[in-house]
Amino acid sequence: MIAAEVRGLSKVYNAGGSRAFEALKNFDLSINANEFFTLLGPSGCGKTTLLRILGGFEALTEGTCTIFGQDVSRLPPEARPVNTVFQQYALFPHMSVRRNIAFGLEMLGTPRAETERRVDRMLALVHMSDYADRKPDTMSGGQRQRVALARALAPQPKLLLLDEPLSALDLKLRQKMRLELKALQRETGITFIFVTHDQEEALAMSDRIAVIDKGRLQQVGTPEDIYENPESRFVADFIGESNLLDARVSAVNGGEAALIVEGFADIRAPIGRPLAVGQLVSLSVRPERLILREAGQDVPGGIARVVARTYLGNAVEYHLVAGGQTLTAHAPRGGLRGLLDFVPGDTVSVGFEPGSIKVVSS
Amino acid sequence: MSNTASSSPAMRTVTATSRIGDIRAFAGFGSLSFACLVFLYAPIVFLAAYSFNDGRSVSRWSGFSLRWYATVFGNENIQTAALNSVIIAVIAATASTLLALGAATATVHRRASGGGAAYAVLTFPLMVPEIVTAVASLVFFVAVGISLGFTTILLAHIVFCIPFAYLPIKARLEGLDPSLPAAAADLYASPAKAFARITLPLLVPGLLSGWLLAFIISLDDFIITALVAGPGATTLPLHIYGMLRLGMTPEVNAISTLMLGASTVLVLVSAMIGRVGQKH
Repeated sequence: MIAAEVRGLSKVYNAGGSRAFEALKNFDLSINANEFFTLLGPSGCGKTTLLRILGGFEALTEGTCTIFGQDVSRLPPEARPVNTVFQQYALFPHMSVRRNIAFGLEMLGTPRAETERRVDRMLALVHMSDYADRKPDTMSGGQRQRVALARALAPQPKLLLLDEPLSALDLKLRQKMRLELKALQRETGITFIFVTHDQEEALAMSDRIAVIDKGRLQQVGTPEDIYENPESRFVADFIGESNLLDARVSAVNGGEAALIVEGFADIRAPIGRPLAVGQLVSLSVRPERLILREAGQDVPGGIARVVARTYLGNAVEYHLVAGGQTLTAHAPRGGLRGLLDFVPGDTVSVGFEPGSIKVVSS
Repeated sequence: MSNTASSSPAMRTVTATSRIGDIRAFAGFGSLSFACLVFLYAPIVFLAAYSFNDGRSVSRWSGFSLRWYATVFGNENIQTAALNSVIIAVIAATASTLLALGAATATVHRRASGGGAAYAVLTFPLMVPEIVTAVASLVFFVAVGISLGFTTILLAHIVFCIPFAYLPIKARLEGLDPSLPAAAADLYASPAKAFARITLPLLVPGLLSGWLLAFIISLDDFIITALVAGPGATTLPLHIYGMLRLGMTPEVNAISTLMLGASTVLVLVSAMIGRVGQKH
């Protein structure tokens, strides 16, 4: 079942004015029920605008927005079966934690006894039962975060929108809340739509991720999909680290292309879409999938010079120059386990693990 | 900034740096401040002291007495004038606060739709010389044909109190996180419910200080009131002015001291509300 869907969605601020700004451009997206779905992109990419349109806080300029089959394009927030966890939590400062959580239920006209029962359940769910009578401004960021979650979950929304809810927390707490959020989503079975600019967060929590850049949808897929098979230069670069190489197609043979990369010989990569011979493309290779060997050893690839070596603890990062292109390689820590180690100035053979080269659109 | 702690030359440098541009470091600062304070407060202290004078003079001390307070409380004209002043101030403060609340709600967070112009229009009366407002009000009432008296005083007070009530409410509303009403709407509150349950309770400190400010401004207004009062109605400031024309007695000091006391209490209450409000 589809939980939320946008079709042909555009959002223009100051439409018609001299400072018109198109925040979202012709957006199509479907989010499945019970999914932990993440909108990921750099700041200003339009991800928060999309979330605010789903919540009803922002009017769309063109297109439609449906939630569980119902067209909500013109409905105000209070008429949508959706609740939101705001970035700064937006807890009502003049109300206790209990009254904050009860607010949505009261507005829906839930009977008093049922409301209190449900609030108690929510407090237990987010481990905040001891804080029921506290005011929000007497609590830490993590505690407020939990209350905001409980408040948004109490009316049992069909869809929960989360607007960078972890960005105000420190690193340790953020990592802990990732696990809690994920568990909460499984426990409640509610569809979560999560907005973040933190790719690590997105990879760790999501069932599926939509990568957005400059108001356009770049790619939708599972975390593995997005990381292993980036479709565009932007996605390859934004998610994790990537070596991006300029290449020219020299031959196409079924599902495989032979490519010419300066400084490398015999580069082949599977292709997902038709490519023409002579076409210029970009190749993406993750740093951990580069193979380094002593020069002269037979590795399909090329010869590179080590220009820098950085010790990362669990790996060693090498900066290499090969045929005018700069490459980054992450090698398992050398030395103790008898693995090779190089120093700046060394000449090495560079190869690529099978299947590690992805053709991405430039 | 130097972070050196132990060596004394470094310490001296830090202290000297922090005092550059500090007006308190200039010679004669202390005595000038003292002179200013005396200039500001000596007349008031003098006035309050002579309200307890036993004699009829407001400049020659002849012993402590509360007789002028007794006279004030026994004077029916003063009581009527004081009651008028309080009634007018309460109604004017309440009405102008409600109007200012409406104005603030409509203008804050809406810069796109002429919020800046609205702000200028609403606060411009603060810069108009009061005598101009007074004459304009008088001419207006006469032109429209409202007979001068209690009603005209009240109407004029409501109008000139609006900007005073508006400023604290506006400040409070601007400090309000706009995601709070959004969160209320998200939790199924209609715009009216969101306003009543979230915005209004959080505005209470601003409303109270706006009301108190308007109340004090109305209570001690003289110029506008004098022009639009007409022959019948009188307020406490008008009455005090009338008494002065018959000659100074410590009775005037006593009324003034009572008004001073009332204003001080109101200002303190207003400040305390402001401080409580800032916590949210």
